[in-house]
Formats: sequence, C-alpha cells, structure tokens
Amino acid sequence: MQSNAALEYDYTVAKLYTYTTILFGFVGMLIGTLIAAQLAFPELNYLLGEYGTFSRLRPLHTNVVIYGFTVSGVFATFYYSAQRVLKVSMAESKLAMFAGKLQFGLYLIAATGMVVSLLMGITTTKEYAQMEWPLDILIVVIWVLWGVAMFALIGIRREKALYISMWYFIACFLGVAMLYLFNNMEVPTYFASGGVGAITHSVSMYSGTNDALVQWWWGHNAVAFVFTVPIVGMIYYFLPKESGQAIYSYKLSLLSFWGLMFVYLWAGSHHLLYSTVPDWMQTMGSVFSVVLILPSWGSAINMLLTMKGEWNQLTDNPLIKFMVLASTFYMLSTLEGPIQAIKSVNAIAHFTDWIPGHVHDGVLGWVAFMIMSGLFHMAPRMFKREIYSKKLVEAQFWIQTTAVVLYFTSMWIAGITQGMMWRAVDEYGNLMYSFIDTVTVLHPYYAIRALAGVLYVTGFVMFAYNMIKTMSSSRELAEEPQFRSPMA
Amino acid sequence: MFHWLEKNPFFFAVGVFIVIAFAGLIEILPNFAEASRPVDGLRPNTVLELAGKNVYMKDQCIACHSQLIRPFKAETDRYGQYSLSGEYAYDRPFLWGSKRTGPDLHRVGNYRTTDWHENHMWEPTSVVPGSIMPAYKHMFTNVADLATAYAEAVTVKNVFNTPYGDDIQPGKKAFEAYKPKILEEAKKIAADMKNKDVKDMVAQGKVPEIVALIAYLNSLGSSRYDAKK
Repeated sequence: MQSNAALEYDYTVAKLYTYTTILFGFVGMLIGTLIAAQLAFPELNYLLGEYGTFSRLRPLHTNVVIYGFTVSGVFATFYYSAQRVLKVSMAESKLAMFAGKLQFGLYLIAATGMVVSLLMGITTTKEYAQMEWPLDILIVVIWVLWGVAMFALIGIRREKALYISMWYFIACFLGVAMLYLFNNMEVPTYFASGGVGAITHSVSMYSGTNDALVQWWWGHNAVAFVFTVPIVGMIYYFLPKESGQAIYSYKLSLLSFWGLMFVYLWAGSHHLLYSTVPDWMQTMGSVFSVVLILPSWGSAINMLLTMKGEWNQLTDNPLIKFMVLASTFYMLSTLEGPIQAIKSVNAIAHFTDWIPGHVHDGVLGWVAFMIMSGLFHMAPRMFKREIYSKKLVEAQFWIQTTAVVLYFTSMWIAGITQGMMWRAVDEYGNLMYSFIDTVTVLHPYYAIRALAGVLYVTGFVMFAYNMIKTMSSSRELAEEPQFRSPMA
Repeated sequence: MFHWLEKNPFFFAVGVFIVIAFAGLIEILPNFAEASRPVDGLRPNTVLELAGKNVYMKDQCIACHSQLIRPFKAETDRYGQYSLSGEYAYDRPFLWGSKRTGPDLHRVGNYRTTDWHENHMWEPTSVVPGSIMPAYKHMFTNVADLATAYAEAVTVKNVFNTPYGDDIQPGKKAFEAYKPKILEEAKKIAADMKNKDVKDMVAQGKVPEIVALIAYLNSLGSSRYDAKK
C-alpha cells in the first residue's frame, strides 16, 4: 500500500548549486561588463596587468557564464524538479545523494581550475572548450556523476511516465556528453614527447578544416544542449507550477522535443559559411537552421498558450512576467539565428557584433531570465520562507529588460554597420574604408552596450540580494505554497 | 510509441542518442580524409613559430582576429587570396576565430614587417591611430616556452606524421641539442627589432614572447610555403 503522506523532498544539493548560480552569475556578468566597457574605453585594459586585457578576459567571461552560472542553474533546477516530477526524494537513494554531493565538490574544484587556468592563458582556444585536458577529464567525471544521480532517481521513481522536463534533462546529459568527448579529443604533448615542456599543453586530434567542423558541431550544439534544451525543460516545469495552468498541448511538446533533437545537430555548420568546409555542408547547415524555427517556436507557443485565459497573472506576478518574456525572447532569438544562417545574410553578419548581439538576446533574455525565475520559484519551497520583496523583483525585471533591449539593438546596428562598411566600394570599385574606420565608427554602440551590461549586472545584484534575504530573514511559511510563489 | 518510450527511460535515452548522433556522422565523416590533405609545398611551422602560435593562443589574439579570408571581392582586396582548406592542414587547433574586432591575419605576413609588429604590439595607436587594441608590453619581457613548442613538434611528428626533420626527437636531451637552431632563428628576428631588452635577452639565449609571436605572424602568408618546392 502506498502511503498518502506528502513526500519530504531533500534539497541539499539543489541549495548548493543555487549558491553557485548566484556567485558565478555575478562574477561572469561583471567580467562581461568590464570587457564590453574595454571596447569602448580601451584604457580599461590595464587594470590587472597582463591578466586584464580584453583577449585574456573574454574566454573567462564566456566560460564562467556557461559553466559557472548556466550549468549551476541547470543542476540546481534539476536536483529540485527531478525529485518532484519523479515523486521520489533524494534522501531515498544513497547513491543519488552521494553522486550529487561528490559532483558538487568536484564541480567547485573544476570551476576554480577553470578560472585560474584561463587567467594564466592555459587554453586550447576552441570556443567553449578552452579548458585543457586535465580539466576536461574532471568535467567528464562530473558529467558522469550527474548521469548516475539522474538514473538513480529515475530507477526508484513512483511516477512511471517521465514528465516533459525530464526528457529535456536526459537529452542535455546525453548531448553534452557526446559532443564534449569528441570535440576535446587531444594529445597531451608532455607525454607524447618524452617529458618535454608544460604538462598541461595538448594538441587537437583534428587539424585545420576538420578541427573547425568538429569544433562548430560542438560550439553550436553546446548552445543547443546547454542554453536551450535544459532551459526548455525548466520552463516546462516552472511555468505550469507557478501559474497553476496545465501545459497547453502534449502533442505540441512531443513534436517540439523530437523535432529539436533531430534538427539541431545538423545546423552546426552555419558557423562555417563561406569557409573551407564543403559547400554541401554549408547548405545543409543553412537549411536545417531555418527548419529549426519549427520546434523552437513549437515550445515557445506551447508556453504562451499555457497562459491562455490567465493573462491577468502577467500583471500581478512578476515571476510570470519573467517566464513569459523569456519564452518571447526565445522566439526572437530562434528567429534571428536562422536569419543569420541564410548565406547572403551571413556574408554580412559573420565576424561582426551582430553575432554577440544575437547570443545575448538569447542568454540574457531567455536563459538567465528563466534561471532566475526558476530559482525565485524554488526559494520559498526550499527555504520555507516567502520571497523577501516583490517590489525588488518588479524593479529588477524592468531594469534587466531595458538592458537586454539596449544590448541587442546597439549590437544589431553595430554589426550591420560594420558588415556594410567592410564591403563598401567607391565608383571605381576600390574599398571605401580602411579597417580602422570600421572600428572607430562603433564607439557609441560599444558605449551603449557597456551601459546595458551595467544595468543587467545591477539587476542581477538585486536578484542576489533578494535571494539572500529570502534565505536568511524573510517571513517563514507554515506550509508549502501551492502555485503562485508568496512574496512580501 | 512515444508513450511507451516515456515509461521506459533506458530506451528513451537510446532513442534520443540515435536521433542526435547521426547528423554528426553524416556531416563530419565523409570529408574527413580529404580535408586533412595539405596544399602542395606547405611546410609545418618551425619550433619558434609554434612557440609564437602558443603565445597567440595564450593571449587569445583569436578573441578579436580571424584567420579565414572568405571568397568575396571585398575580402580578397583587403586581405589577399581567399583561404584554402589545404593551407590549414598542419594547424592544431584551427585558429579561424569567430569575430573580427580587428582585421583578419591569415596573410598578415605578406604585408606587415617585424618592425611594424614591434611598434604595434608595444603601442598599437602609434601605428594605427584610433586602435582599440590593448598594448602587449608584457610580451617584451615574458620568456617564450620553447620546450612546450618543441614537445608539440615532436607530438605532431610522431602521432600525426607531420613532416618534421630527423632532428625533432623525443626527450629533453634532444630538445637541448635542438635549441641552438631555435635561437639562431630568433636572432634573425631580433636583428630587425630595436627594443634593447629584447636584443639583450636573445643574446643571452632567452627568447622573449614577442620574438616568437613575430616569427609566427611573419609565417602567415607566402612564407608558409617551402621555397625549395
């Protein structure tokens, strides 16, 4: 006989990752704002000697926000929501608990190693795979431990059918594992040369064009399986839980999930248009990028329609605001991406600031909004206290929304301006601008982007303060809130 | 079928894996052998150039500079002949970059000199007014890691059959025996430079990062082809 008593979920690991999400989010975004400002005001390059140049800090920014902030957020929301959709507590599985805690410990070591090694300039330079081989091995172990915890919980689940967000977490686990392993195949030079030189250095298993192809198969799909797949999993859990609405359409979620899985991996070669990879691959990348609109919009529309008849919640619940705007930014970003993947557009957009502009309307407007609102939803349930201040959440929402809009609009203009100037010719067919002309013209847009960064970080500090206050000194709750998160 | 998969996590995971794996197989594998063939006459980088490439990687020049000239008139006018796949055959990793905050460098050796690079890396605005690139003065004092560059040459020679000579052999002793050749190459670069500290260091048998980097930058262009062929 099954007992009817409510399960006591164990949030130990979810809480640990919540702390690191906040910490790395702040650090990563602060570095991002600094490097944005360096492009507008180059004298800011000299704050930390050789460790403070734009070039040294840029990979640190991307790695800290990806592997620090986003991955922490994915783990935090996973260790929270998986228990609930599977109807088991972490406390019921010694294996899951052990794997989860060990994973967190190793994660801290890897994160520290990542920050130190990138600052020192120890890097493979392959984007979002910059870490050298010792850290790569550690990351594989961390990832396997996540899989152990995941399948240990799945193995003892009471709810037999896996809920949609679990599909996405499983896909995230498998996708990243496959891509990371293949892209980071490298030979440590120390061991292959009879003990000469630095122990950390390695060379890629692939050379030239092949290396590029494997790298962007990874690079693009790291975006897919870190910035999209688990975040879609989050919104499938948190939006219905926060709003009290059932998901609009099961069939649409089915189509979107399997569609996304099938289509996404083909699109990687759109990063290599007009490069030396074969033409047919470039065309495949272009075509599948456009097809990708279907499953992406499928999820986003499913989310928006989930709110059908309940749009009043948008005005009085700031968390719903975050989630609805997140899915809207997801739509914007997944329309913009395919447009940039069309070859003639890519000829202008590639190598310009339009690309970081595109990335940031996705990560700031979609990924970070979703992670922050997810953590806000979790806090009253994990810490048994109401959210410290509703006003602060509201203010944060508007400040950060303004920041995102400033960011992508300025980078759209900057990117298209630069792309057009690079190719501009006079009446005799000579190039009209020297390269430096196309740099100096961008100054105002770089300044606006830096301002956007300052605003976004300000909003993030408000988020962090609100979360810390919620954990420590907000009013205690007698019982778990049903749907809408209580806030003072 | 989907309902059944949702109740059977193992088969669900297998299904997801198959669906995501085969795009990679179809797009990456067919061209693998062909794409790794070098163009005629391509020579691998010298050890000094490799050390410079590692400086290029360490200070992440790739964050702002591409090494990929696309086949457009505006690009070939600005940077020279568009890039060919076989020119990258010895590049591990590839250094195409994804952002041009500064100009492309794939053929920079054809139109910039040691002297220009020296001035530029010391103070970019002295040769390019309005430049937002930071100065890299620390490269004039940091010593380049020749041992690691040598280890890299040994590795690619032995593991990937990159055509290096018989004097590239494993072990510390082999490296010490090879070192004079690297220094000789460094001296030629330093002879074209005016920074006193750099000249002194090279005379003492130490190679500053800037010398290695300039050797690498000079190799980007026609001089990556072997003159004998």
